[in-house]
Amino acid sequence: MDTNQRSTFYELQANNRRNSVLLVLLFLALVGALGLGLDVFFLGFGRGEGGTPVPVATFFGLLFGGLYAMQGWFFGASQVLAASQARAVDLSIPEEKQFQNVVEEMAIAAGVPPPKAYVLPDSDPNAFAVGRDPAHASIAVTKGLLQALDREELQGVVGHEMSHVRNLDIRAMTLVTALFGAAMLLSDVARRGLYWGGGRSSRRDSRDSGGGAIMLVLFLLWMMLAVLAPFLGQLLVFAVSRSREYLADASGAELTRNPLGLASALRKIASAHEPTRVITQGTAHLCITDPRGMPLNDKEGGMANLFGTHPPIGKRIEILESMAGVVA
Amino acid sequence: MFGIVLLVVLVLAALWLVGQFNGLVALRNQVQNAWSQIDVQLKRRADLIPNLVNTVKGVMKFEQETLEKVMNARARALSATTVGERGAAEGELSQGLGRLLAVMENYPELKSNQNALQMQEELSATENKIGFARQFYNDVVMKFNTAQQVFPTNIIAGMFNFKPSEFLQVPETDRAVPRVDLATS
Repeated sequence: MDTNQRSTFYELQANNRRNSVLLVLLFLALVGALGLGLDVFFLGFGRGEGGTPVPVATFFGLLFGGLYAMQGWFFGASQVLAASQARAVDLSIPEEKQFQNVVEEMAIAAGVPPPKAYVLPDSDPNAFAVGRDPAHASIAVTKGLLQALDREELQGVVGHEMSHVRNLDIRAMTLVTALFGAAMLLSDVARRGLYWGGGRSSRRDSRDSGGGAIMLVLFLLWMMLAVLAPFLGQLLVFAVSRSREYLADASGAELTRNPLGLASALRKIASAHEPTRVITQGTAHLCITDPRGMPLNDKEGGMANLFGTHPPIGKRIEILESMAGVVA
Repeated sequence: MFGIVLLVVLVLAALWLVGQFNGLVALRNQVQNAWSQIDVQLKRRADLIPNLVNTVKGVMKFEQETLEKVMNARARALSATTVGERGAAEGELSQGLGRLLAVMENYPELKSNQNALQMQEELSATENKIGFARQFYNDVVMKFNTAQQVFPTNIIAGMFNFKPSEFLQVPETDRAVPRVDLATS
């Protein structure tokens, strides 16, 4: 059984590596398609006289999209921390010193360098991990979490976050967030293109009516892509996030060897219904439970499967307790 | 044609051999590193103990025997020359500290003493780190030993004389629940 658990942890890392490559390819395809659409439909690329001889929009789309994504990759984590008003732990405060100790303990258990510990000024209990790799990782918890949980429960939460770090989940999430941000920006530019250049495009279409029908279909498809890209990106982020939570619960319990600590922590966190104010919409998918306090995440199936960032907390507690052999 | 195929096969085999060998070496280094991590935490614990004992000895007048046991075990752990001796002393030290931490709960003066609380947290953290460092060591040893046993890496392990590492057993003394008997103290 032990061997199985360990192989799943390597599989998780391998999965994350493979998914990251797929994501980058998907991103390049999307940006390429958006840019090429602008070139063909609005700048007349490849459509005879008067058109641009080189795909300008594609080129600049890939260039700026790539630069924007790179910026997100390297500075995304610190931006998230700054946006949620995180500050480094103050070791003279006993509960924060304890948090720092627990982070070090869990880093030893996971065999990764200890991530930086941050505290968020919020009374609602919540926690998240960010960073592009284990050597540049940070774990942040709210003041409310430190006050509500005992040492064992805190260890459960930090263990959960530490397995996000070790399994390279934080890396995949940083990548998703960076690429998603860039795709949003570019599809915004493409949509503006629709307003400016619509007239020119239709004039050209009417002239060569043979290829016109195909062009029109392609143009409609491209328009849908430009409009729907941010929405689809958001759904992708949610799906990626949801599937990782159960896994992080399980491998976090593997680190602490104490599933009940996390179960009890989740119960306490679930009973606090207020939304976590300092955590903004864009960071929701990083947290241990949904900071928006949405009832959506308590359900399964239907809308929750599409829009929820987290699996139902009751189900998570149930699974953790069954690991410890507690019969519900 | 046949020569080229043979050459390609040989080159691939050599590359594979190098990869497997390097993998084993990396694992062996990880095992050594994990081992030294345990040592780091044990040293840290030895450094913390005198402070803790000084903080609590005024208040815990009726626990002089426990305190003494802890100090003695620490001294023996530090002066141990063989691994066996060291292991036994560290085990005793863990047991003594467990008892000490449990007994501290019975002293309300200590619970309101900021310094004592801080020491208690530091010590619990260090005890946990020792535990997790051992756990991680065993995880890495398992990876290393499995790599040496599975086919076909076992052939390379045999060729280059890789030896399986030993698992850390949980000492008997660690497993015993510290008994706190206030009637006799």
